[in-house]
Amino acid sequence: MSLLRRQAWVVGLLVLLAALFVFTRIIQPDYGADGFGSLVRAALPFAFAVAAQTVVVIAGGIDLSIASMMALTSVTAATLMDGAGEPFGIVAVAAVLLLGLVLGAVNGILVVVSRVPDIVVTLAMLFVWQGAALLVRDAPGGAASEWLKELIVGTLAVPGVPATITDWVPKALILLVVMLAVVWIPLTRSRLGLSIYAIGSSSLAAFRSGVGVARTRIIAYSIAGLFASMGGLVLTMSTGQGAPIPGPYLLASVAAVVLGGVALTGGKGGLLGPIIAVFVLRLVRSDLTFLAVDPNVTTIVEGTIMVIVVMLGALLAMRSRQS
Amino acid sequence: MTDVAERAASPGLGRRIRRVFSDRPVIPLLILLAILMVALEILRPGIVNERWIANTVKFAIPLAILAGCQTLTMLTGGIDLSVGTVATLAAFVVSTQGMDGGLAWALLLSVVPAILIGLANGIGVGVFRVHPLIMTLGTSLIGVGFLQVYQRTVIATGTKVPDPIAWIGTGLSGGIPNSLIVFVPVAAFILFLQNRMGFGRLLYAVGDNERAARLSGVIYWKVILALYVLSGVLAWIAGLVFIGLIKAPSLSLVEPRVLPAVAAAVIGGTSIFGGRGGYTGTIVGAVILTVLTTLLTVLQMPEGARQMLFGLIVLAVTAAYIRITADS
Amino acid sequence: MASDILLEATGIAKHYGAVVALRDASLSVRRGEVHALMGANGAGKSTLVKILTSAIRHNAGRILIDGREHVVRSPAEARRAGLVSVYQEPALIPDLDIASNLRLTATPVEPFMNWVREMGVPDLDLRATARDIPLAILRVLDLARAIAIEPQVLLLDEMTAALPADLAEKVLAVVRRQGEAGRSVIFISHRMLEISALCDRATVLRDGETVGVVDIGPGSADRIVELMLGARVERIKREIAASSSDAPAPAAKPRLSVRDLSVSGKLENVSFDLMQGEVLGVVALEGQGQDELFGVLSGSRRPTAGSLAMDGRDVRFATPADAIAEGIALVPGDRAEALLMQRSVRENIALPFSARPRNWGPIPLRRQNAVVSEAIRRLQVDTRAQREVQRLSGGNQQKVTIARWIAAKATTILCFDPTRGIDIRTKHEIYHLLRELAGQGASILLYTSELEEVQLACDRAIVIFGGRIVDVIPAAIADEPTLVRAAYGLPRLAPGETAGAGVIPGTAS
Repeated sequence: MSLLRRQAWVVGLLVLLAALFVFTRIIQPDYGADGFGSLVRAALPFAFAVAAQTVVVIAGGIDLSIASMMALTSVTAATLMDGAGEPFGIVAVAAVLLLGLVLGAVNGILVVVSRVPDIVVTLAMLFVWQGAALLVRDAPGGAASEWLKELIVGTLAVPGVPATITDWVPKALILLVVMLAVVWIPLTRSRLGLSIYAIGSSSLAAFRSGVGVARTRIIAYSIAGLFASMGGLVLTMSTGQGAPIPGPYLLASVAAVVLGGVALTGGKGGLLGPIIAVFVLRLVRSDLTFLAVDPNVTTIVEGTIMVIVVMLGALLAMRSRQS
Repeated sequence: MTDVAERAASPGLGRRIRRVFSDRPVIPLLILLAILMVALEILRPGIVNERWIANTVKFAIPLAILAGCQTLTMLTGGIDLSVGTVATLAAFVVSTQGMDGGLAWALLLSVVPAILIGLANGIGVGVFRVHPLIMTLGTSLIGVGFLQVYQRTVIATGTKVPDPIAWIGTGLSGGIPNSLIVFVPVAAFILFLQNRMGFGRLLYAVGDNERAARLSGVIYWKVILALYVLSGVLAWIAGLVFIGLIKAPSLSLVEPRVLPAVAAAVIGGTSIFGGRGGYTGTIVGAVILTVLTTLLTVLQMPEGARQMLFGLIVLAVTAAYIRITADS
Repeated sequence: MASDILLEATGIAKHYGAVVALRDASLSVRRGEVHALMGANGAGKSTLVKILTSAIRHNAGRILIDGREHVVRSPAEARRAGLVSVYQEPALIPDLDIASNLRLTATPVEPFMNWVREMGVPDLDLRATARDIPLAILRVLDLARAIAIEPQVLLLDEMTAALPADLAEKVLAVVRRQGEAGRSVIFISHRMLEISALCDRATVLRDGETVGVVDIGPGSADRIVELMLGARVERIKREIAASSSDAPAPAAKPRLSVRDLSVSGKLENVSFDLMQGEVLGVVALEGQGQDELFGVLSGSRRPTAGSLAMDGRDVRFATPADAIAEGIALVPGDRAEALLMQRSVRENIALPFSARPRNWGPIPLRRQNAVVSEAIRRLQVDTRAQREVQRLSGGNQQKVTIARWIAAKATTILCFDPTRGIDIRTKHEIYHLLRELAGQGASILLYTSELEEVQLACDRAIVIFGGRIVDVIPAAIADEPTLVRAAYGLPRLAPGETAGAGVIPGTAS
């Protein structure tokens, strides 16, 4: 029963997204494949940030340092590729992904070993990773390999498939789906994935069921770090450089997690909902721009939407708990 | 096993120290503060003088008021991340409206957003049961939007911080910061609230076990509503002190101090899960963080290293605190 | 030759700071035996259980499983050593479905399903989420999960505590089979009848050490109780009997009148009067509507129909605060529901005083302290560990909850299974107090799952079955067999009739 309820939320989000697309077409008749492409590119870093936060939230925690990890991995990638040849890009990518795992693991180990609540640990690490980013580069700079930058530009041409279809499949979207699926799908099929849900649902029951709670928690944070580093890479790929100041990804990641139907208490939810939620939020922002709304008012509208959705979500949760 | 019984009966010095720390958690904090000040004196001999102390107090006060918001909300297992926006809104309104309409009018106007945001937070958290982190982030975002719009509309008229506010925020009387005039009553009120008022007891109760509180006749949403409105008002006061101190309103006037305010409350021993802690520790925590900032500046570290050290110290202090006050 | 002793714990000691929880506890379990572990609350039994279940580590002593030294670290390691524990709260992950839970613990599905069917749960949907399954069934599933991997030593912590009688009977049968199959069971329970029927031997703890090992047989129950508390049990029983006979007969005036109360699907047209000065028992099998009844009376739940009247006045409760304003207070069975665990005893007791907005201001400390101290004295709450209520024993914790309502001068106290999992001495202290309160004019509604106590503590008992009141039985004839029959909805026996016809599971002869 609750499976259906969970799917209902994702389906609802998809319907909302579809409705928004229709609305966008109405207010901007020439919104087409190009527009969709830039939407996806703009959503990319947010999507990885939300993926990172989702993993940690499902494990029953939260990670306030995600934006800082993205900044750190972004400047590291940009610095590694600065002045290096094209092929070096692959080394840089591997190194940065590894760095992400390490950063996340450090977060996780500190949460477990220090016995300090995760919100406080990741709050402190927000400063640590941010400071580290500044030490790597004190100002935006660096470079990115051309082929990396190409990876998220344009659409994929598939021989035999007409352009009218492939036009609607931006490479950025494929990259997003592939990078997330490569990690997420094996994870959810495995016992490790079950363990992550278990410790988020009830760490006591998980402990008694023989789950290595500490180990699983560290792995969850490491995966978050990995996703964050993918987000940082994507930032470098799209801007061609690395910026040490973290972007507005923290708030957006938490909001999209909630909007995506993942309970902040942990133990339930999936990745699909939050990712769709990211697209919904980005599309709303685009729509407001098309409507020539003052960008500052856009912030007000975004905030209000977030608050309303979250209140409705909480209301629904209360209702279902009472029935 | 007689040796076990004996060992347990006569605790060694180590255990006795831990018991003292556990009963009076402010003591390790004061020791840490003393250590930091000694370190500062060693690194820059002569720096610890009256002027420096006055300066530290001046900067610690608005942080401590902001941390008071966090302390009170954290007692219920919540948090208030909208305090930066509320404070900045107060600062902006008071420095733009005060010029024509007079100070009283400006003060009255500036508390309106604080109360509105507090009400929104209270309703969201208390009635709709939204997670406080999200709710206060959301209202903060909305507030920032309004702030941006407001800032653009008044940018033409310019800003001026009213003199009384500046006097409170920056001034010294006989070497003592004037902001103490505001802080002492505020701190006294918060301490009285948490220790001697029924409302304070309810904060602890609701944070420890909401169901038990309900079974004892507590109406949750009323307590939460009052709490977040109070938090908003405290943030308003902090905003006034901040603008008196900095004297130049900007969008990032208070925002960078929000997470350190949370850190001050946490270092001070207030549990983020609710049900335990208090403002005394928070005050010391705020002073510690301010001294720490001076220490890091004196060490002339690059900004990046300073931030890293800040984060690591916050982590180390909380970890040590938990270890000291935990049961074996 | 394989050792006869499967699990041996010797010289176990555990202290928390200066508080010694265990000084010299030992336990020796033979192969194939069902061994009871007994002790009053505060005797160290729960600590020993936590050590055996690998929740905490001991400071001294050794544990050997099948001759090999066992280092307590985690339930996973204990499982590998052959010791599996089934806890009071089911260890199933609430948000996962049963199949995933089985995968998580690498439990073979076939044997698990066999045991589940064996214990009378016919159609288990493996895709059901654990959270949606009733507690009693979850505990059975937990047990099935443990048995399915055929552990050498099975530790059952209050296994039958929240189970309806029919399920409890099946569980006990399964436990007996473990013993017969050469596996050992450590059985922790407060129910003397079960232990007498099921176990081979019993180890008794008192004041942190093992004071005796008793072979179960005729007279062993008394011997066990004697070991647990010394010779005090007779005196306590006499005290209770004395207070019941001392107490004035309940006044003829109803304090709380319930008329046609219904909660859709759970309660139907329940009507009764709770008189001033009486202790009215509620007898019911699990889930017959008593939860909903207490919920409505305490203001936690809205009825779908019916009315309540206090002293003749119609009342309506939207929240517990409304009920409290009328003098009605709930003492829930689960201590964790009623107490602020991190706060002190005094703060817990004084909580209702600050609840209403008019009391949010400065606290009148002197007056409040006096009232609180009086309540503490009256209940003889052990305030040694008074800084945090969570450090008190279960019995003392329950006393704190009751003290709260005495201090708040509640006139009607609803006790929902207040003595669940509490040692005999504290249990009797609580009953004694309830009778005393009733004698002073309070009205007590007492739901207890321990039917043998009804006659001891109550003036009469209403029996609820299928959401309706099926009988009202005066204390004089409210012995356990009568109550059990009524609880199953069976008609009362005429005097002289015996319960030959009609199967009554759960009663030990």
